[in-house]
Amino acid sequence: MRGITIRFPGVLALDNVDFFLHPGEVHSLMGENGAGKSTLVKALTGVYAIDSGSIDVTGSSRVFRSTFDAEAAGISTVYQEINLCANLSVGENVMLGHEPRKGGRIDWKAVHRMAAEHLEGLGISIDTRSMLSNHSIAIQQLVAISRAMVLDAKVLILDEPTSSLDRGEVEQLFTVIRDLRNKGAAIFFVSHFLDQVYEISDRITVLRNGKLVGEYLAKDLPREDLVTKMIGHELDDLAAISSTAARLIDRTETPILKVTDVGRRGVLDPADLDVFDGEIVGIAGLLGSGRTELVRLLYGADRADSGHIEVGGTPAKMTSPRHAIDHHIAFSSEDRRAEGIVSDLTVAENIVLGIQARKGFRKIRRAKQESVVSEYMAALDVRPADPNMIAGNLSGGNQQKVLIARWLATAPELLILDEPTRGIDVGTKADLQRKVAELSEKGLSVIFISSELEEVLRLAQRVVVMRDRKCIGELDSRKVNLDGLIDFIANEGKGSAA
Amino acid sequence: MKHRLFWPVAALVSLILINTVARPQFASITIQDDRFYGALIDILRNSAPLMLVSLGMTVVIATRGIDLSVGAVMAVSGAAALTIIDNSGDANNLGTVMVAVVVALLVSLLLGVWNGFLVSALGIQPIIATLVLMLAGRGVALLITGGFITTVNSTPFEFIATGYMVLLPFAFFISVAAITAVALTERRTALGVLTEAVGINPEASRLAGVRSRGIIWSAYAASAVLSGVAGIIYASNIRAADANAAGQFIELYAILAVVLGGTSLMGGKFSIAGTVVGVLIIQTLDSTILFLGVPSAQSPVFFAIVVIVVVIIQSPRLHRVVRNLVHVARSRGTSESTNDVEVAG
Amino acid sequence: MTNLESVGSTRRDFGEYYHTFLSRHSSLLPTLAAVAILILLFIGAEIFLRGDFISPRNISALLLDNAFLLILAVGMTFVILTAGIDLAVGSVMAFTGIWLAKLLEAGTSLAIAIPAIILGGALIGLLIGALVQFFDVQPFIASLAGLFLARGLAFVVSLSSIKVETPAVLWLQSTRIRFGDWYITPTGILALVVVFAGAYVMQYTRFGRTTYAVGGNEQAALMGLKVARTTVAVYVISGVCGGLAGLVLTAYSGAGYPRNGVGTELDVIAAVVIGGTLLSGGRGYVLGSLVGVFVYGTIKTIISFMGAEQSWTQIVIGALLLLFIVVQRAIVARSDRRS
Repeated sequence: MRGITIRFPGVLALDNVDFFLHPGEVHSLMGENGAGKSTLVKALTGVYAIDSGSIDVTGSSRVFRSTFDAEAAGISTVYQEINLCANLSVGENVMLGHEPRKGGRIDWKAVHRMAAEHLEGLGISIDTRSMLSNHSIAIQQLVAISRAMVLDAKVLILDEPTSSLDRGEVEQLFTVIRDLRNKGAAIFFVSHFLDQVYEISDRITVLRNGKLVGEYLAKDLPREDLVTKMIGHELDDLAAISSTAARLIDRTETPILKVTDVGRRGVLDPADLDVFDGEIVGIAGLLGSGRTELVRLLYGADRADSGHIEVGGTPAKMTSPRHAIDHHIAFSSEDRRAEGIVSDLTVAENIVLGIQARKGFRKIRRAKQESVVSEYMAALDVRPADPNMIAGNLSGGNQQKVLIARWLATAPELLILDEPTRGIDVGTKADLQRKVAELSEKGLSVIFISSELEEVLRLAQRVVVMRDRKCIGELDSRKVNLDGLIDFIANEGKGSAA
Repeated sequence: MKHRLFWPVAALVSLILINTVARPQFASITIQDDRFYGALIDILRNSAPLMLVSLGMTVVIATRGIDLSVGAVMAVSGAAALTIIDNSGDANNLGTVMVAVVVALLVSLLLGVWNGFLVSALGIQPIIATLVLMLAGRGVALLITGGFITTVNSTPFEFIATGYMVLLPFAFFISVAAITAVALTERRTALGVLTEAVGINPEASRLAGVRSRGIIWSAYAASAVLSGVAGIIYASNIRAADANAAGQFIELYAILAVVLGGTSLMGGKFSIAGTVVGVLIIQTLDSTILFLGVPSAQSPVFFAIVVIVVVIIQSPRLHRVVRNLVHVARSRGTSESTNDVEVAG
Repeated sequence: MTNLESVGSTRRDFGEYYHTFLSRHSSLLPTLAAVAILILLFIGAEIFLRGDFISPRNISALLLDNAFLLILAVGMTFVILTAGIDLAVGSVMAFTGIWLAKLLEAGTSLAIAIPAIILGGALIGLLIGALVQFFDVQPFIASLAGLFLARGLAFVVSLSSIKVETPAVLWLQSTRIRFGDWYITPTGILALVVVFAGAYVMQYTRFGRTTYAVGGNEQAALMGLKVARTTVAVYVISGVCGGLAGLVLTAYSGAGYPRNGVGTELDVIAAVVIGGTLLSGGRGYVLGSLVGVFVYGTIKTIISFMGAEQSWTQIVIGALLLLFIVVQRAIVARSDRRS
């Protein structure tokens, strides 16, 4: 792929990106959220059209107008959500669309025989007549790979294949991948699990903000360098904000929130977390490390399998957002469009939603509504300052402000902010960070998740570090700098940080 | 003005104008014996059952649901009311009639609670959940009437559909009362906004602490009660409980009214006023078809065409195609992209 | 101790066999449940009606009386397997039925009339399928529109019933081919042919397997399957079945009647669901719908034998449908939690 540029309305998703894949190699694509990884993959699989650039497959130039074209060119994809039919048998899934026929009708014996052969080729032997849904995700993935082989794939794209696998299953998958690579397949591996990428890849391409950062041999690229390239050091004028990291927190009293051993099978390994009064706790880690999953469990947005939670010293049931809200906990979600802003309602209605939901059916008096709305719109400087504007039309940054306004209006004791500054311009970012600092000074406790590590270090007194779905450590933010934090994330605590 | 109600009202006004041009007596209202008469008055009276059902349907659709059982509930309600009146000693006793009406509405409420239970507590898809009642409901109605079409002569009961009050049909006042009640409940309390939030973004609403389950449940209950009232009006009109004919096909007309009024089938923001206009459009259309001499049994063809046109216009794919065409036309003017824009499937 | 050994190993074999069977054919379970219900119904009726129920005459009559329902159920199975629904089938049946009667009355030959009505049904199905596939209209709205269209057209053809005198058509119904005390009519044969043709297509053609795939995987297009073609095709098949059912019903009643089939679609859906097809798509069998129709027919027969009112049929079917749906939902919820 050369010079790939893809433009979406208002966003340059990919800017002149080159990507080369050779037979007999495993090539990983790395980048944070919004870097353009999935866009590049979708361009290669024919889901998106490219605005400029070219794609060559085995030397011949191709144009993909649809997923059929990509598949016809020999590009097969195994998606993160297994894209097979759970209601059909394993063998049928492998051969679907290409079932061998005899005398005009499907020859089922041959279907299962051929499927079994292909699966054996990958080293698995299962009952091809059994239903796909009876098997673990790991096996289903191997079936998907097998199907790709049936379709005579020249390029095999594996999109986040290990998200739902345990250690043993990952081993099994990697054995299969190595085997295929040795047989000459070109494998395009997309994953955010740092350890795994290093384990399996021959080469790594890094994207950031839609641009190509570089292509490297995996063995020549130290981890800290990779993380730095992915995250980068962004120029900002945020130095003007006084650092709250230096503030002293009294940790002798009962924590406002005490989380012990909370986890959920397949999603998060059991974790502990304490948050004290007026403290800002940062959670740092790469995409997919489990930060959002952790706070969702704390808030009751998802149900935990294990562990217990205490609020202000008393045990609390946290199985739904309503429980959290009753305990004065607020949660601003990472995906503000899908889980935060109710896009067709006005700004005012969005802001009032939290307190209205708690109040029930009696409407909050108009005068009170208006005063709450104008107070928070001014405090957070929501622009344009029109409470009757449809929330969906606001910029990302202002939508975030509206969301935070909604939660602040409920007078919480603990505010969880998940990536509040993602996709926001520098000025608005500064506004938000200033506001968070102010509030915590007044006594609000905050859990703050951000992929921008400088932000976390600047605001939080304590930083919890996560990687590959578990907590790997805690750092005092006064005692570590950005490089040290990156080192810690990359090397599992063996770095230079205290 | 790009107000949401613009197109529906424009459509209604045009329909009325066309009718008036075609038959000038359409718009005339005469007064006789302290009563208004005229085609327009007929529309106001005859639209009452559809109006009630559509109001309920609007709220249910706003929660991203649908209620296919409205016709069956009408049948049950009419059957219950008439059976009580029939079995009482005195069919003309106002008290008896009132008791019958109240009982019928309670039964309807029960059916609505049942639907709400299936959808919000058991999590069954609304189409399927209300399909069950759509299927079994008429059977229940038939059971209540003992398999016959119960006819009664009851002056107080007949008054509901055919009587007049202060110059205008009583049924019209029922419509107005229902519209007012629903509008006040939805807009004076927070129920409307919360319902919209649940319909627009169920997950965000859940995370914000909105009581989705209660809201959805009460939407189905309301729809059933309103259908119950509609059933009583219908039974009063034909002076009988016809379990098979009551509310036949009304669910599609109601859905059409809601859609014509600007509420999206995908849920979220809803418009009571829009539904009212939608109902009037359908009723006027019906009157027009009748005037054209088309047998009423054939009118479903016209409505099918209207439904098809409306859903195609509302279709997102159409919007996408139009948007692409506009984008292509606009970008031909500028020399922005170096290559052709290719549209992936 | 050879005896003990062999006993032990038989038990182990059975356990293995059971597990393998379950892992391969778990979607058969709802259909097997339907068969069990059918058997229970027969036994219950036999006992309750004092040995009067299970007789060749009654069972042959089951097929005769429900042939049209059977044909509709085959088409509906195709549609529901893709996670769609077709509410127009009853009206399409009425429309094609009355149109046939009208054509025959006007002297059109059967060789033209029958293909014409089948084409009519197919076109309505094509309309519905196009709305669903190309305009993203929800299947129930698209098919409700189809219902209206077909119902209105039926009355356009004729406002009242039209008797059919054509001997060939009447022959379809009146002829009894006898095997001892059992008999079958040409309409019954037609229905069975449609059933077995449908089952064959489902099991042995790529189109049939794609139908299952579409229902089982919303993103089936990403697998390279021809989703658009398949989605439209199933509605066309349902429309064709509507046409055939119109023919059969007209032969059965000796006349076309525009008011036929009101509410029939619900009976068809109920029969298909009871027969083991999941409304969420992807699981079910045409032969299961055969069982479902027989369950429906048996309940109706029992109720009429009991002298109870016909309205009980609707209530019982509604209750049975609800039971199946709730159980289906519970099973889905359990497997969701497991995955």
